[in-house]
Amino acid sequence: MKDFIIKEFKQIFRDYRSMVILFGIPIAQVLLFGFALTMDLNDVHFAVLDKSKDEYSKKIVDKINSSDYFILDQNLNSESEITKIFEKGIVKEVIVFESNFTENFIKKGTANLQIIADASDPNTANMLVNYTKAIVDNFQQTIVTENSLKGIVIPQIEFKYNSELKSVFMFVPGIITIILMLVSAMMTSISIAREKELGTMEILLVSPIKPIQIIVGKVLPYVLLSFINFMVILILSFWVFGMPMDGNMFLLLVEAVLYIVMSLALGIFISTVSNSQQTAMLLSMFALLLPTILLSGFIFPIENMPQILQILSNIMPSKWFIIIVKSIMLKQGSFIDVWKETLILISFTVFFIVLSIKKFKIRL
Amino acid sequence: MNLSVKISNISKKFNATIALNSINCEINKGEIFGFIGPDGAGKTTLFRILTSLIIPDTGTAIVDGDNVVSDYKLLRNKLGYMPGRFSLYQDLTVEENLKFFAGVFKTSIKENYHLIEPIYKQIEPFKNRRAGKLSGGMKQKLALSCALIHKPNVLFLDEPTTGVDAVSRKEFWEMLKHLKSNELTIVVSTPYMDEAAQCDRVALIQKGEILDINTPQNIVNSFSHKLFALKCDNMYELNIESQTNKNTHSAYLFGETIHWVAKSEECKMNFISEINAKNFKNFEILQIQPSIEDCFMELMTK
Repeated sequence: MKDFIIKEFKQIFRDYRSMVILFGIPIAQVLLFGFALTMDLNDVHFAVLDKSKDEYSKKIVDKINSSDYFILDQNLNSESEITKIFEKGIVKEVIVFESNFTENFIKKGTANLQIIADASDPNTANMLVNYTKAIVDNFQQTIVTENSLKGIVIPQIEFKYNSELKSVFMFVPGIITIILMLVSAMMTSISIAREKELGTMEILLVSPIKPIQIIVGKVLPYVLLSFINFMVILILSFWVFGMPMDGNMFLLLVEAVLYIVMSLALGIFISTVSNSQQTAMLLSMFALLLPTILLSGFIFPIENMPQILQILSNIMPSKWFIIIVKSIMLKQGSFIDVWKETLILISFTVFFIVLSIKKFKIRL
Repeated sequence: MNLSVKISNISKKFNATIALNSINCEINKGEIFGFIGPDGAGKTTLFRILTSLIIPDTGTAIVDGDNVVSDYKLLRNKLGYMPGRFSLYQDLTVEENLKFFAGVFKTSIKENYHLIEPIYKQIEPFKNRRAGKLSGGMKQKLALSCALIHKPNVLFLDEPTTGVDAVSRKEFWEMLKHLKSNELTIVVSTPYMDEAAQCDRVALIQKGEILDINTPQNIVNSFSHKLFALKCDNMYELNIESQTNKNTHSAYLFGETIHWVAKSEECKMNFISEINAKNFKNFEILQIQPSIEDCFMELMTK
């Protein structure tokens, strides 16, 4: 067993193509998504409905307008114009100031403004709001220190069209899920199929080594590598996207290991039904990757799918892992929130391991 | 018990193709036994059955006291198997391959080094080279070392000399003779008839059936005809003529000559006079000693 694992590691590290798939693709994908996102925020058009038109409200608008990210599109005169301007699609954000903004700030100590963002592109909307808030905060700080006032500006945030921001940060859990699936399942299935293709399986079979030893020997190295992969994606998504990391990280790691083992078991199952590396590759691509991307809720929200596909999505292990990751990372969920999904993942894992041991041929 | 392998009535079909048809054969302990036959004769299928890799349709095979179907787990501890195709890890080095297979059989290189030493010594200078980068002869030595590292009782070598140069082939047979001992039975298959003489006993196999089992010498001795080698300037015409001639028992091209057997002594005289009448230039006829291949051809025509 030990020899098997050592051998497997050596083979992985010597095959530079595997190494590229293992580490290059995940990093490239995460960065691609990262840059596609960050570069979006340039000269975004915004509109203002200023009910007070006084000193501070004008200053805030000037400040936002003078930043690199925003361009003032126009001033609005009434609430009814907000919907119209959003519908045109050029303006992505509207800022509404209450009447007597400056007066309220100085006298009452609180001034309200409202940030309305077009959330049909939820990622951009979220960033717009955060940027605007940062500028407003910054303004408030300057005013307070310069004039020794005690006021605060309270921004109210409203997302239009997709108010729950359903896919915000969705892609990070999604990418983690898909990459782990791709790397784990594809790599193991290919590596077993390779043994068959090159005839080494023939010799292994004529040895006293047991199927379970071969399977565990194949899986363990990839558990470790996939776990490293997972950490890399996590760190990248933290740096590049500012993904919140305040959930229970330990729980997340445990769940990730569970999901990795599940994908590996799936990979081994694939390899037991394919005799060549090419078949294994195609099977993992079409039978795993596409359904995972399309049906897991990664790209298309499951609620919007036809009934049949919704039912079908339940047999996608990735769907449950995405739910778990989102719950932990975005909602600070604890084990109590995800125990059902965890149980489903465990069942998948057991199912695939048993199936692949059963299907593993002890003869040619 | 002196039997190492006992094959009884083994048959195997792949769809409609009959790969093996009621094979019976017994192999003694400590002998070098050769299955000799052309490609597609069923040698590899037989080896895979004997190494427990496939299940025969009918019949039983006992290898080293264990049934290949029901006792495969026990059997796999004491078999050595070298498949026809080079089947080691090409991306591992020579030493790593050997170490790995030693580990798989729960032994170590040290423990059985004496067994493989004469073979492994020759490739040891290249022990840090990847197996995929070895020459054909070296690959074969490595594969043999890996098949031997766990001190098997029976060693199955499926076409070990196919695709290997003449010098390496000779060396390989020398190595096998060195390995031969009471504890190790060596079963070899080969399509090369000339290698039959290297075995203690051989089975001639053709289209899934065994034609004869005997010592190479006895097989040659059993050739009951007089064999002649024919030669002339126009071999093509002579070949057609000798094969169609009514006095011919059998005729086939064999290297630079035609091996020819007459139906009777009288037929031989008739044949020679007919050939002479047809004016073949520089016609020569010479009685020769039959080889295993001639016996094989003779058995095939029966």
